Amino acid sequence: MTALLEVEGLVKHFVAERSVFGRPTAYVKAVDGASFTVEAGKTLALVGESGCGKSTVSRLVLRLIEPDAGRVTFAGRDLGALNAEQLRAFRRDAQLIFQDPYASLNPRITVSQILTEPLALHDLVPAARRRERVDELLRLVGLEPRFARRYPHEFSGGQRQRIAIARALAVEPKLIICDEPVSALDVSIRSQILNLLRDLQDRLKLAYIFVSHDLAVVKHIADRVAVMNLGTIVETAEAQALFTAPRHPYSRALLSAIPVPKPRAKRSRIVLEGELPSALNPPSGCRFHTRCPYVISRCRSEVPQLRDDGTGYATACHRTGELPGAEAIVPSDGGFSPTLEKLVAAFNTAEASGRPGVIS
Amino acid sequence: MTDAALGTSASLAAAETLESSARRAWRRLMKRRGAVLGLTVIALFVLLTVFAPLIVPYDPVATSWSLVRKAPSMQHWFGTDELGRDVLARVVFGARASLLAGVISVGIALAVGVPLGLLAGYRGGFIDALISRVTDAMLACPFLILAIALAAFLGPSLGNAMIAIGVSATPIFIRLTRGQVMSVKVEDYVEAARAMGNPRWRIALVHILPNILPALLVQATLSIAAAIIAEAALSFLGLGQQPPAPSWGSMLNAAQRFLTTAPWMAVWPGLAIFLVVLSFNLVGDGLRDALDPKAR
Repeated sequence: MTALLEVEGLVKHFVAERSVFGRPTAYVKAVDGASFTVEAGKTLALVGESGCGKSTVSRLVLRLIEPDAGRVTFAGRDLGALNAEQLRAFRRDAQLIFQDPYASLNPRITVSQILTEPLALHDLVPAARRRERVDELLRLVGLEPRFARRYPHEFSGGQRQRIAIARALAVEPKLIICDEPVSALDVSIRSQILNLLRDLQDRLKLAYIFVSHDLAVVKHIADRVAVMNLGTIVETAEAQALFTAPRHPYSRALLSAIPVPKPRAKRSRIVLEGELPSALNPPSGCRFHTRCPYVISRCRSEVPQLRDDGTGYATACHRTGELPGAEAIVPSDGGFSPTLEKLVAAFNTAEASGRPGVIS
Repeated sequence: MTDAALGTSASLAAAETLESSARRAWRRLMKRRGAVLGLTVIALFVLLTVFAPLIVPYDPVATSWSLVRKAPSMQHWFGTDELGRDVLARVVFGARASLLAGVISVGIALAVGVPLGLLAGYRGGFIDALISRVTDAMLACPFLILAIALAAFLGPSLGNAMIAIGVSATPIFIRLTRGQVMSVKVEDYVEAARAMGNPRWRIALVHILPNILPALLVQATLSIAAAIIAEAALSFLGLGQQPPAPSWGSMLNAAQRFLTTAPWMAVWPGLAIFLVVLSFNLVGDGLRDALDPKAR
């Protein structure tokens, strides 16, 4: 099984301060050695706190910003070696969906123009058939073709995100990077968009890099998960495995923060102490050592490498083997309180029998 | 072939866009009394210049020794000047010079300033530094002084005055465009356009330019008012419209020697300048409010 996308040792440092003579004096180490792979038709979720470099990684993968070091290989081609023309052609293969659907659509052009542009740019569909294709795309994302003549401001957030998805699909890409695609949407709209993304993946064999800080969403959509902390990837694993038995202390802390909709469930919450260290001046050694409950002296001096253990986990922690089991943080199925239990049961039977629920 | 097709669809896109958002802006503009008044006055002056020969029965350059400096009367509503020419005819025909000078010089400023501003704002780096420093240097000179110096250098004529005013107004447009481009180019839809594989020129023209047009439109309207005053000033100094052709500025110049004996020679062109400049400013202010997306 060859990977569609291979990322190796990606590094990006932004200049944060310059001296009077324009010499850089401080860097923000936004991404510092990120490596992962994405397989065709699969979803890799990139999770981590705000400011850990998730979005920068997604821009680097598409070469929308140039990396300082590292290698991105897409379907066997080294993206760093592409010239401007080849890079433009590569845009057909990988697309981006943004967090804020209110900012990602040009307010001055109609939906039809938004969707026609990629078709014309890459000469995908003859000019005469483009209107038809726009209609098709709109239907594909669950919008009516008659919307094509409208401007973005005439749509709701969820509809706009559907338009953004249609735009990304227009070039028939193999990979779509979804940069927090649902975090700006109403909770009620989220699942619609997530289901749409999943459905499209099945039909069009898309691979996703799903950038998110919302683990409940990730659990719903990811095949593999890469956990990022301060510009480095600390753990990658199959989603199933990670959510049942996270190994890296940081992954555990993240998972223990997922809200559980069952008030009687038992688990121990890991609350991290201290501030998120600044990416301007990241801690020496393991970047998590300032907040890690299992820290030993080695963590302060030596940078742990991301090591694959052969079972699908790769963990960057000196103490991988020695840590206590993760059972405590995965919630036990405590269930609901008896009254709530009855209510839920009633609800389920109502839904199963096809009667519309009170709240639907 | 693709590029040609894209080009036409792009211009088509721009046209349609402008129409729709223009319609919204128009509706809001029409709610502002000041702006409506300004537009009406401007429209009246434009009609005057177009139909000038039909409206005034006198030739603006025909002299008459028997009619020197006559006060307003039934025959000559605005009076006559020092060579016996009808002041009303000269004010009406002078509107042509003033309005043209306003529109054409701002047109020059837009044509030069917007592309340079786009280049500086979008490309950044050395090109930006170069363009911005030259702009700063030009802005260090007062607008009118620069225009007078340029007009004197080019030689006195209405055409040269327009060029001089246009060049002097250019740095404002470079700076405005650059600033607007820098704020728009970090928008997600511009990044999306890059991720889509748009060439740079297309991002600049299709995705950035239409989004900065409102600001440019407001500035252009206000600049027309400034340019009309500048043309009057240049003509007053003898650097603009050349005699005997009429212009409001040169009429004021001639009138200054007779301010006490024939004040009507100065009052009418002065009033015309005042009205037109005020109108353009009113429309500019109205546009600023009408195009502001936050003022709902």
